[in-house]
Amino acid sequence: MHELSLASDIIDTVKQTLSHEELPSLRKIVLEIGAYSGVVPDSLSFSFEAITAGTELAGAELEIINIPFRLKCNQCKTEAEPEYPIMLCENCGSSDTVVISGDELKFKEFKISESEE
Amino acid sequence: MEIIKIERKVLAKNDAVASEIRSALQENGVFAVNIVSSPGSGKTTLVEKTIEHFSGRMNISVIEGDVQTDLDAQRVSAYNVPVVQIITNGGCHLDAGLVKDSMKSLDLVSTDFLIIENVGNLVCPAGYDLGEDMKVVVISVTEGDDKPLKYPKMFMNSKVLVINKIDLLPYVNCNINQLRSNALKINPDLKVFEVSCTTGEGINAWCDFIENSI
Ligand SMILES: Nc1nc2c(ncn2[C@@H]2O[C@H](COP(=O)(O)OP(=O)(O)OP(=O)(O)O)[C@@H](O)[C@H]2O)c(=O)[nH]1
Ligand SMILES: [Mg+2]
Ligand SMILES: [Zn+2]
Repeated sequence: MHELSLASDIIDTVKQTLSHEELPSLRKIVLEIGAYSGVVPDSLSFSFEAITAGTELAGAELEIINIPFRLKCNQCKTEAEPEYPIMLCENCGSSDTVVISGDELKFKEFKISESEE
Repeated sequence: MEIIKIERKVLAKNDAVASEIRSALQENGVFAVNIVSSPGSGKTTLVEKTIEHFSGRMNISVIEGDVQTDLDAQRVSAYNVPVVQIITNGGCHLDAGLVKDSMKSLDLVSTDFLIIENVGNLVCPAGYDLGEDMKVVVISVTEGDDKPLKYPKMFMNSKVLVINKIDLLPYVNCNINQLRSNALKINPDLKVFEVSCTTGEGINAWCDFIENSI
């Protein structure tokens, strides 16, 4: 369950980035999470909700953009999104491949409501 | 809505501390491995066999990570090497901050080889850089040959795979060639060792590899 410790890392970054006055108007924290980042998005959202309840961040939620695993073959230049993160080219079988995406675990943006409700 | 762009890794803080650890290790000429596996694959037993192998020839220090108890540190301290226990109190992985704190009680200057045994868990430790030179993933043949496909990140992020408990192969339904090829599909660069910590088979090859890496 490292989603709980990730949720508190997220809160730390939020508090470093926004002023104390801005915290209650934060609505969305947009994150990019790769298919093999090892993070379960639902579990992360649940953890975030649980530890922000009753705090100045209670109005904020996570918006998660799922990034697929993508592989590019250096030999035949094929790009594919295999079901498993297998590093072999689906087209020519070469293991001379590079991961294009799928291990992301990063912030993208914060969305803040402009008028105080 | 006002939008504030923030391009930053969620684990940026961990990665920054891990870089500090990496420089401290380099400055002191310490080679470090981070041993990961599911609970009970044989991490501590491998640490014990490795210490035995290098006894008198190399200064080894050990950091033990567990959710509860200092049982593993007690086992290792029987070999007369400096050992620190980190108890995560429920935490499912070690992070760089915990390792950095625990390193304060180790003498890096007189350490050649630092072994960090992570919490038994095949998922969470994969994402946390501890400043090590390499992650070593241990899997025992009793866990089945499909595990690399089910827990790819750990195999992707490791440099070495130690397949342990090969003495049990006659009794379990595990195709070791399948296990090896599944792991290599996930990470073609994995260096693979087949060992039995019980019989000692394969331990020399693993230790030779470590010695050559230092
Ligand atoms: N048959 C057999 N048993 C082994 C082997 N290596 C370890 N074991 C046994 O497996 C059990 C677990 O070993 P540990 O070394 O404690 O495993 P671990 O990965 O450190 O466990 P945690 O730290 O709790 O995650 C112990 O009873 C060991 O004696 C082996 O090569 N063959
Ligand atoms: Mg152990
Ligand atoms: Zn190809």
